[in-house]
Amino acid sequence: MIELLIMILGCCTFLCLFRIARGPTASDRAVAIDILGIMIVAFGAFMSVKTGKEFYLTTALVWALLNFIGVLALAKFLENRGFDD
Amino acid sequence: MREIIGFTLMFIGVCFDAIGCIGLIRLPDLYNRLQASLKCVAMGTSAILIGTMVIAGLSPVGAKAFLCLVFILIISPTTEHALARASYISGVKLWEKSIVDTLKDDMEAGIKK
Repeated sequence: MIELLIMILGCCTFLCLFRIARGPTASDRAVAIDILGIMIVAFGAFMSVKTGKEFYLTTALVWALLNFIGVLALAKFLENRGFDD
Repeated sequence: MREIIGFTLMFIGVCFDAIGCIGLIRLPDLYNRLQASLKCVAMGTSAILIGTMVIAGLSPVGAKAFLCLVFILIISPTTEHALARASYISGVKLWEKSIVDTLKDDMEAGIKK
């Protein structure tokens, strides 16, 4: 059951990678990277349920926060502002 | 019984994730893709984390799933707004069949920078 769900999520990951490879502008790639990060959190939850181990969800928590910081930095970079203000 | 409810929630969440990623591929321009896919994926991941909470119960796994859920619900609208505004300012065009653009009117009136 849960292996099937992980396989469907893997197919969605390949769709995101397709958008990262093909995206016409840099903003498309930033959006796809954001969605990929959120789906990696779901993957961590699946692995935690499948194996019963706890550190997969710790990894997912840290990944969500780092993804947030990274995407905000990308947004400021796209907006042609400096990182100071 | 708890596992049945949890796996049902996880299945719903994976369906939402799949629909969001299909929207990421199929829709015509950046803003349509943002508003379709990021909300769908946040909803689907929230459903998956709620399913994890139902399966794990009151344990460290459930508590961490709850923390992840709160962070996802805070993070995803913030990044969506920041990305949409940044890509508008950096000059990404709307789809040619889009009919309303209120941020352009506000910028011309000098309300927002």
